[in-house]
Amino acid sequence: MKSLEINREIRIMEICGTHTMSILRSGIKQLLPSNIKLISGPGCPVCVTSQGYIDAAIELSERENIIITTFGDMINTPGTNSSLKIQRALGNDIRVVYSPLEAVNIARKNPHKEIVFLGIGFETTAPTIALAIDKVYREKTENFSVFTALKTMPEVIKMLIKDKDVQVDGIICPGHVSTIIGEKAFSFISNNLHIPSVIAGFEDKDVRAAIYLLVEMIRENKCDIKNIYSSCVKYEGNKKAKDLMDKVFQHSNSNWRGIGLIENSGLKVTKLYSAYDAEVKFGIKIENSPYLKDCICGNILRGQKTPVDCSFFGKECTPYNPIGVCMVSTEGACGIHYKYLNEV
Amino acid sequence: MEIITLSHGSGGKRTHELIKKIFYKYFDNEILLQQGDSSILKNLGGKIAVTTDSYVINPIFFPGGDIGKLSICGTVNDLAVSGAKPLYITVGFIMEEGLEIKDLEKIVISMAETAKECGVKIIAGDTKVVERGKGDKIYINTTGIGVFENDFDLTGSRIAVGDKVIVNGTLGDHGITILCEREELNFESQIESDCNSLHLLIKDILGVSKKVKFMRDVTRGGLATTLKEIIQEKEMSIVLHEKDIPVREEIGVICEILGFDPLYIANEGKVVLIVSKEDAYKVLQSMKNDPLGKNAAIVGEVVEDKGGKVYLKTEINGTRILDMIEEDLIPRIC
Amino acid sequence: MCIAVPLEVIEIYDEEALVHYKGVKMKVNILLLENVDLGDYLLVHAGCAIEKLDKEEGKKTQRLFDEIFSSEDEGEI
Repeated sequence: MKSLEINREIRIMEICGTHTMSILRSGIKQLLPSNIKLISGPGCPVCVTSQGYIDAAIELSERENIIITTFGDMINTPGTNSSLKIQRALGNDIRVVYSPLEAVNIARKNPHKEIVFLGIGFETTAPTIALAIDKVYREKTENFSVFTALKTMPEVIKMLIKDKDVQVDGIICPGHVSTIIGEKAFSFISNNLHIPSVIAGFEDKDVRAAIYLLVEMIRENKCDIKNIYSSCVKYEGNKKAKDLMDKVFQHSNSNWRGIGLIENSGLKVTKLYSAYDAEVKFGIKIENSPYLKDCICGNILRGQKTPVDCSFFGKECTPYNPIGVCMVSTEGACGIHYKYLNEV
Repeated sequence: MEIITLSHGSGGKRTHELIKKIFYKYFDNEILLQQGDSSILKNLGGKIAVTTDSYVINPIFFPGGDIGKLSICGTVNDLAVSGAKPLYITVGFIMEEGLEIKDLEKIVISMAETAKECGVKIIAGDTKVVERGKGDKIYINTTGIGVFENDFDLTGSRIAVGDKVIVNGTLGDHGITILCEREELNFESQIESDCNSLHLLIKDILGVSKKVKFMRDVTRGGLATTLKEIIQEKEMSIVLHEKDIPVREEIGVICEILGFDPLYIANEGKVVLIVSKEDAYKVLQSMKNDPLGKNAAIVGEVVEDKGGKVYLKTEINGTRILDMIEEDLIPRIC
Repeated sequence: MCIAVPLEVIEIYDEEALVHYKGVKMKVNILLLENVDLGDYLLVHAGCAIEKLDKEEGKKTQRLFDEIFSSEDEGEI
């Protein structure tokens, strides 16, 4: 392929768990010249979910007559004193689903139970959850609600690029988030922040092409946004999905684990649909819990440090016995690093 | 509908009826029909292989097999990969109240047929019944006994740099089939478990080469875990080549969709062997002549690298390290 | 989990479509898209189709890739 030559060290950040996974599975990092650094940003929705939310979900699972439904990686995520996996082993009804619509089906089949879906994700997942909420609203299914912790990408990207400690020279934009919110939603990276970015798919060819285009733009001092996933990503994104999201959700401030509060970076359920907002329905209180001293998940999520910089990595903190969230999720930097690179 | 109740486990009339009408009827052989508290084996001597296993799979019937076939094949395979000729199996059943007797009969018939194909006799057994909700339909425990007609060392102590790694066919079939049966995944496909007994395939392999250094059936944890187990204490490593690893197209697609890696998914009819470089091709050819080896492939080799690691050379020539599985990706698949 | 494989529509129902890829079929919800037709290729996430693949754009991307990867240099990725 064409040259990746550049005369200084550059840092390219990807902000999508599926990109992190694709890069590590294909072994691309070892094939890059040593002055091109690939860093992972906070692209794993489970990893950036606050400890308080996880504790609240665990507490909810202990209540009578409740079935908790969740995507798979939440099961292992450690709360302060327990995890959903442990709660399940102790007899609480906690089920892994592959779609929020599956959770709606469970609600239909169990009319005497309350089904709560743990709504974690970014803008790719948000419309699917909006769809589930709108469905139960139309069909008047009363025993279903969503406990949301949805987050959105643009504000966190802004924050990371502006952060002098992070030092990003180029961004690989999240491919499927872009499918929903459109190329337009990331144009601020070029226009306001003057950093080059590429919207790319997930095959290793897509990632390699993205790296090449970023290196070329950095070398030529350009800061355009290029879309090499245009088979799926339109300039305006998916209007129908966005309209539904706007109906079911509204923007809110959100607490990102390891980073802190970011304004306008989350989604919560609108008043129209508040009967399906589990936080309202069950009076859930999310506490701000401190997380473990010496756990550097926050720095890892910001791309400032790598998993091997952590004193717990691979020793006290492994995928089987995770301390920090980055180790837990299938898209977490530490979990992926441990699995694919196994450097301790 | 006739079902198992607690009285079938009481040791009294119902128990005896059950044993006679189902277990003795289908497992019929002269040793079992001694009907003693212990079965007496005459003329069993020399070096003996013994193995034990329990089967708790859910669902108990699945495309490609059932818990009964699984229990016999799994036990036979454990004996065969040690180099032993499987001869006898004992079976213990723990049944949940409410299990339909016609399902039990289907399972027992399946076990009897599989045992016959493998040339093994089921020579002792036990039945227990637990209350509804205390056991998942049926659990089966087995002990297998085999004898050695050779003195191959298949423990892996003779593994050397340059040896080749061979598998007898496609990976991930069993685990993914079970997952799709169990979950509300809405997949339609023609996949089925690879549940099979490998004793004849293994007999042919050992007939063709004296330089097989290691054999193991690739069950829970998949190929990656099995190889890591054997190589981690050694001052050598293994390199696998992604492009050579046989995976059925549908299994590959489902893995991609669900985010699984076929190298970590359970199999129930796959063996991995490490054989000297000189004999690798003739062993491979011999395997390809067997129906259970038609997709056999050389997937890697043992290399000089003191780390005791398993590496995967990816399709784009990158390298990644494969460790043992940490979490059970799909629980209760065997 | 995002399914990044192109799934072809072979049957359409009310709110769902039957899609297939290499011998595997599955049902996905299509309410997040307008006008799904037989033969369309869909991008699916969490059981819902989130976009239709644009073949023309796909070809453009392929041509770009051909350009980038045309000089197969040893030592480059």
